[in-house]
Amino acid sequence: MFDFDALAACMSTSACLVNQATSGLIIGMLLFLVASGVTLIFGVLHVINFAHGSFYMIGAYFAYTTYHITGNYFLAALVGAVGAGICGILFERLIISRVYGQNLLMQLLVCYAFILIVDDLVKIIWGAEYLAMGIPAEFRLPPLRFAGGFVPPFYLFLVAVSVFIGIGSLLLVTKTRFGKIVRAAALNAPMVSALGIRVNVYFALLFGFGCALAGVAGALAAPVRSLTPGMGLGILVESFIVTVIGGMGSIPGAFLAAIILGLTRSIGSVGFPLFVDGAMFMIMALVLIFRPTGLLGQGAVR
Amino acid sequence: MKKSYTRPRRGIDRRTVLKGAAAAAAVTTGITGFPAYLKAANTPIKIGVPTILSGRVAILGESSVAAIKNEIRKINEAGGIEGRTLEAVVRDSRGKPDEAARMTRDLVNNEGCDIILDAEASGASFAVNEVVRDMKQFCIHTNSETSSLTADPKNQVDWVFRSCRQGIHDAVGGGLVAAKVVKEKGLKKWATISPDYAYGRANTEEFMEYVKLFAPETEVITETWPKLFQPDYTENVTALLNAQPEVVYSCLWGGDLVAFFDQASLYGLFDQFTAFAVNLGDYPVLTAIKSRPAGVYSGSRYHKDIPDTAENEAWYESFMANSNVLPTNWSWQNAAAVNFVVEALKKTGGDTDSMKLAEATSGLTIDSPFGVDGTLTIREDDHTLVNYMVGYSKTIVDEPYVVDFDQTAWSEIYKHEAEWKKRNGYM
Repeated sequence: MFDFDALAACMSTSACLVNQATSGLIIGMLLFLVASGVTLIFGVLHVINFAHGSFYMIGAYFAYTTYHITGNYFLAALVGAVGAGICGILFERLIISRVYGQNLLMQLLVCYAFILIVDDLVKIIWGAEYLAMGIPAEFRLPPLRFAGGFVPPFYLFLVAVSVFIGIGSLLLVTKTRFGKIVRAAALNAPMVSALGIRVNVYFALLFGFGCALAGVAGALAAPVRSLTPGMGLGILVESFIVTVIGGMGSIPGAFLAAIILGLTRSIGSVGFPLFVDGAMFMIMALVLIFRPTGLLGQGAVR
Repeated sequence: MKKSYTRPRRGIDRRTVLKGAAAAAAVTTGITGFPAYLKAANTPIKIGVPTILSGRVAILGESSVAAIKNEIRKINEAGGIEGRTLEAVVRDSRGKPDEAARMTRDLVNNEGCDIILDAEASGASFAVNEVVRDMKQFCIHTNSETSSLTADPKNQVDWVFRSCRQGIHDAVGGGLVAAKVVKEKGLKKWATISPDYAYGRANTEEFMEYVKLFAPETEVITETWPKLFQPDYTENVTALLNAQPEVVYSCLWGGDLVAFFDQASLYGLFDQFTAFAVNLGDYPVLTAIKSRPAGVYSGSRYHKDIPDTAENEAWYESFMANSNVLPTNWSWQNAAAVNFVVEALKKTGGDTDSMKLAEATSGLTIDSPFGVDGTLTIREDDHTLVNYMVGYSKTIVDEPYVVDFDQTAWSEIYKHEAEWKKRNGYM
């Protein structure tokens, strides 16, 4: 099961190190975008959005269609994000806000129903077969070479955008008026409301922003991953692992955990290819045992 | 001057009524005395089809049903079988064995299906096989490529047949072509990337077994096993890059293969290695891959130019005109199954009795656009399909997507299949 010789051989060559380190970053960054939405929504609204994967899927399909109509990938990514964000606001206002404060099982049930409905809608609109967007013309370039390793230009773009959005989200929540109101409302909604602020609007906007992050991830993944109804479920599981390891509610925690998981996958595929998924869950178990609030999580576990 | 003549109106007299009644009674008595299958002269012959119409494999099930319906349409338009039309009754099992088994029983018991075309993938096919064995119901498996379904005597049933590819046939064909290519190019170091479940493991093992047999200097230096439906293959692609093999084999399929090709192209993988992908040659896959690389060896699935005959071209045109999905490997297999059913029904004179149909199907050879010399045969001794197109093509970027089909001779396949059966204790 373990191939430590291959791992040692890999660690001793720069080409392999570059390949595996960048591949860890690439896998990690998409996870981070999805997980940061989950963690943001949980941190403020104390709702675990089990339907988050559906917004990743919505973002991917919206981007696919926009790219086909306009041929402009950057516009497609934007439409994917905004589209997922608007769907998120509608989902929050019409559905999930009705089960705020209710037991977890009810929230889970509502989210699962939403997942099934959205999957079927996607099947009706786009069909059941897999779709592929293809690499946008701007990025159809040969891979760059660093120290013998290969780095595709599209992935450089993907990582840069993810880091940029991650920092932006953090600043939005910690430094802006919007972030301050939302955080205050999370602590004491009636008080913020009494100050004349429409708390519900802020909650909906925040929920929409979280979903837009998933939408961006979907749009960034669309050129390289095949689009199918139900594609959100796989990334949802992994993003929950990231959220738990990083600490529920912590964006820097999600970033750290996503990189840890990405590197586990990429190094694991060389050193322990049969135990990659197992290793991810093992890390989660260890974190839960020794640091139940997650690596950078704060406060009591709900 | 023209005279107008009006016939006097008469009422129906007693004698006419009596004659009519007698005639009606005679006809009714006569019919009840006829054999059962003629009594049903006006009812359609129902063909039950359990298959997969949801999830990531839905496109294959849809293309199966499209093929079945198109063949049935042709038969019905030509007058049906002994005046009876054919009708397909389709059920979506979602590929789950227990659902497929339940639906097969339901199709026979409640829908009154006379024939079962099992259009399931391997997992559920084995379940259906046991149901039709138990029910003594005539059945043709149309999609399961797992060799043991018909090769292993434990799974053989007198009234059950298979009308599709068999893994071992493709393994021999693939091994022969691959060995020829690597010998010509002097390549020895192989890597494999296949999905991590029963089919992926068994298929890759069989393929490499025959490559090693025909090119003994072959060495597999790395294997990477992504999960089924894994969205991201970056770690597997970089694992291949790090190992630096000379040749890569993959039995990834469907959307997984599309994603792998698009991701691997980012790393220029296909510029660096020779690649073999057994499931690449299906239209939905070839058209979905946006960065289609040239020069990849692709296994034979369904292609309008393979075989390059007017009959195959005509079949393709007819399918495209009557379907909203592209034809797949599953399409031709199901079309062939309907053709076998029709020929068997003609031999039994429209009788749908399972044992009579089985007798008519065993060893049956039909004219077919998918056969090597225009014919397909369901072999008598193991009830499986032979003489279909086996071999590898090379991809090109634009239509017709694959060229240079290297066809494997069936004499070679028979020889190695017999040895394989002996090795596995099947004969």
